[in-house]
Amino acid sequence: MLAHSLFFYFFSTIAVFSATMVTISRNTIYSVFFLILVFVSVSILFIMIGAEFLGMIMLIVYVGAVAVLFLFVVMMLNISEQERKQPDRKGFINNISVGLIVGAIIFLELLVVIGGWKYKGNFIPLSEANLDVNYSNTHALGNVLYTDYIHLFQIAGMILLVAMIGAITLTFRKRENVKRQSYFAQIQREKDSAVSLVEVESGKGVKLDD
Amino acid sequence: MIEIGLGHYLTLAAIIFTIGIIGIFLNRKNIIIILMSIELILLAVNINLVSFSIYLQNLVGQVFAMFILTVAAAEAAVGLAIIVIYYKNKGSISVEHIDSLKG
Repeated sequence: MLAHSLFFYFFSTIAVFSATMVTISRNTIYSVFFLILVFVSVSILFIMIGAEFLGMIMLIVYVGAVAVLFLFVVMMLNISEQERKQPDRKGFINNISVGLIVGAIIFLELLVVIGGWKYKGNFIPLSEANLDVNYSNTHALGNVLYTDYIHLFQIAGMILLVAMIGAITLTFRKRENVKRQSYFAQIQREKDSAVSLVEVESGKGVKLDD
Repeated sequence: MIEIGLGHYLTLAAIIFTIGIIGIFLNRKNIIIILMSIELILLAVNINLVSFSIYLQNLVGQVFAMFILTVAAAEAAVGLAIIVIYYKNKGSISVEHIDSLKG
């Protein structure tokens, strides 16, 4: 139990510290790296309390995909030059009071909710999907996910598809002065328009039109 | 202090959630950091769901956390695409300059 609490405090301290650094770091690249650190430590916490599959998925999805996407965008947008153009932190100073007040109120409300959990009514289980010690976490999750929640699972896939199409159509642009491949023109091309027989007189050669 | 229970995880989630909220308020210079703060908020929600799922011995919380993960990934992709085309059109992603609608 002591080891568990030590690990919990270690990783949660790292997570909170790096979450703070995400918001106050001056360099956006550093923010992305601290975001990766938050995700890694939280997924370790997930693995520690027994949600191994979700912890691993967090690593793959957040660190492997989302954080790398952020890194790509930060690299593409040339932000460092922009930050050099306006180095003052006027907005930071102006907004820190409002931000801290709203944040403190929300934090207090959340603490009240956590404290009030003690006085909850009797818990009524919504489904029979109980944790079973005989199965591994992945096994149990798969049992539930592909049977009871198959429709939600497929809707999640549709959401990903829509997001992919949306991102592609948003960032797609037609370039000028670039020859593009036209599949229909290629397929519709016939022999008459492509090949012609030319009588060549000896010693003269062939003069091509274009 | 030694015994780690549900309350510890919920408090951690509350702290990360609050940091995300404050991050949205603080950053007027860079909209990418606002997107990252939204990711932090979704992460805090995931911590809540998973810790309740473990505490109540019920798997539904983890299933729901997976769907939140999906939505978070989709949101990041679309949001970043919007930021990229905005930067292409305006040449800036400073939050102070995004005021064309005068709202």
